[in-house]
Amino acid sequence: MKEESQQFYHDEVVTRLVQFSLIWAIVAMFVGVYLSAELLWPELDFGQFWLSFGRLRPLHTNGIIFGFGVSALMATAFYTVQRTSHIPLFMPKLAWFCCYAWQIVVLLGGLSLLAGWTSTKEYAELEWPFDIAITILWVCFGVVFFGTIARRKIETIYISNWFFGGLIIVIAMLHIVNNLAIPVSIDKSYSLYAGAQDAVVQWWYGHNAVGFLLTGGFLGMMYYFLPKMSNQPIWSYRLSVVSFWAFTYSYIWAGPHHLHFNSIPEWVQSLAMVMSLILLAPSWASMINGIMTVSKSSVKLHNNPALKFIVLSLAFYGLATFEGPMMSIKSVNVVSHFTDWTVGHVHSGALGWNAMITYGVFYYLVPRLAGRELYSLRLANIHFWLALSGTILYILAMWAAGVSQGLLWMSIDELGQLNYTFNDIMASMKPYYGLRLIAGLVFLSGTILMSFNLFMTIKGKKTVKVKPPTIVKASEVAA
Amino acid sequence: MSGLSLHKKLEKNAGLLIFGILFVSSIGGLVQILPVLFQDSLKTASANTVPYSAVQLQGRDIYIRESCHACHSQQVRPLLAEVKRYGPYSRAGEFVYDRPFMWGSKRTGPDLHRIGGKYSDIWHRIHLIKPRSVVNDSIMPAYPWLEDEPASAAGDIQKKMQVLKTLGHPYSEQEIEAAPSMLDGLTEMDALIAYLQVLGTSAETSEEQGHH
Repeated sequence: MKEESQQFYHDEVVTRLVQFSLIWAIVAMFVGVYLSAELLWPELDFGQFWLSFGRLRPLHTNGIIFGFGVSALMATAFYTVQRTSHIPLFMPKLAWFCCYAWQIVVLLGGLSLLAGWTSTKEYAELEWPFDIAITILWVCFGVVFFGTIARRKIETIYISNWFFGGLIIVIAMLHIVNNLAIPVSIDKSYSLYAGAQDAVVQWWYGHNAVGFLLTGGFLGMMYYFLPKMSNQPIWSYRLSVVSFWAFTYSYIWAGPHHLHFNSIPEWVQSLAMVMSLILLAPSWASMINGIMTVSKSSVKLHNNPALKFIVLSLAFYGLATFEGPMMSIKSVNVVSHFTDWTVGHVHSGALGWNAMITYGVFYYLVPRLAGRELYSLRLANIHFWLALSGTILYILAMWAAGVSQGLLWMSIDELGQLNYTFNDIMASMKPYYGLRLIAGLVFLSGTILMSFNLFMTIKGKKTVKVKPPTIVKASEVAA
Repeated sequence: MSGLSLHKKLEKNAGLLIFGILFVSSIGGLVQILPVLFQDSLKTASANTVPYSAVQLQGRDIYIRESCHACHSQQVRPLLAEVKRYGPYSRAGEFVYDRPFMWGSKRTGPDLHRIGGKYSDIWHRIHLIKPRSVVNDSIMPAYPWLEDEPASAAGDIQKKMQVLKTLGHPYSEQEIEAAPSMLDGLTEMDALIAYLQVLGTSAETSEEQGHH
């Protein structure tokens, strides 16, 4: 057996995961567009149970988070952990197993949602057989990732790996605790928790799935790829240390802000609000660290779609992580809760931050994996503007819809009577829902354009073989 | 700086790093979530709250299967406008037999916690088959297939009640025994309507609320 440092990195699995991630992005975003059309023309389900809004909606969210998001996170975690450890992946066959088995679980899970198998818990809708499969695969993911780190040739574990590590560990904890249930049949189980307690556990999960997967996991991407693309070390090492631990500590407390004025204890709500406000600091610390790194760089943004996407994603990250704490203030939440404002907030994070940073990373990664220039710079630049305009239009439409819903629902006259019926308010949403549909179409068309571009880049090419660099110690050079 | 030198140890030892993440991330859950799970008042049924009957339970599981919660909340907040629009605000003791909870996060349609008894069974039936024939401008999907299946098709009712009994719902052996016969001749539509009609009917009267 060859000395490990003489072996090649396992990048083929990275290429495959990127491809799966792109497929899920198109499928799940298309489902999202279809759902937004159903809100305008409810007959679009054609009387078919599997096209019904309630069943399609979790397919959209699960497809994005677990199909697009987790495939992209696995791809980038595998790519970066090798390069920050100077060693090929630990148990590469297990990495391949993670890659394919994960796709099968998301595919079958998606079909089970259409069949009406659901626990109803948001972002944890999949029923118990899938929960068990996810747990097993997550452990495999952890074994490959931490196994590689354990055998690293570089003494210090790089920052991006802390965030990927946080993703693996905390999501495992949340997933297991929230999904505890007693099965009735293959497609049905009853939660171990009931009522108010179930609500608190679910939003401890739901909020932190967003925290450690969609925020922390993607920050892992940012901490590796942004300095790499900028040709600069991260601006402040000390800030990254402080922000990581502050982030890991404070995110966990914020979940019950999803239950303001609901039937849960008052102290839990208020504590969640305070911790959500505190969370702004570590969230923005990572943004500042990223922006300062780019600003020191001499790399030009012009004609560099990868870096442009990442810088833009940081701006939306800053917006979403500011908006979140604001919405957790009870007097703001009283308006925003249950409205489309929440939907807009989620999408400013999901489109503006998660999708855009992933696009930036893919534009950087795929030409390197293929060993060939990007097929079309022009298409990538067009994609940039489609993604930006789609996201902004989406957020604006949902702000307008959400704020009007919230205020009109609460509107009462001087005698304390309601000013508007629910139906009138709902009917007035049509223009906003129309704009949102257009926004979704614009964003989706950009994603399709990128997938075509990346497909043409990688077409007919084998993944480039890269070896860990041979490092000569400074002491030896001196000698 | 000692904090940084401590961190130098942490970032050179994968085991320590894993432990550190697990420890730091679990503090919030232990201090904030665990006490909620041990708070008796959150699992004590309010005066009028009883477990769902066989038919209502089957209806609730159909509500779950169709993900009605994606567009309808079941949580009336203690705000003047909400109490005016929907009825008495929701209380934790009314949800102790809800597995899972069904409060929702989005009101594309109106809140349903106090829907029970507000409309007739026949209204619900027409509304679920042809929503726009009774509510102008409604964007609710139609659910025609609920008429086609018997209520018993939505899962083994005895097994469900047995599992819930294990979890502490006070069903008697006779109730579980009689459950399948309760579903006889009913469609999924009937079961769903039975659930909608019992929703929120456990609200305490205003005198009872004042007393608290």
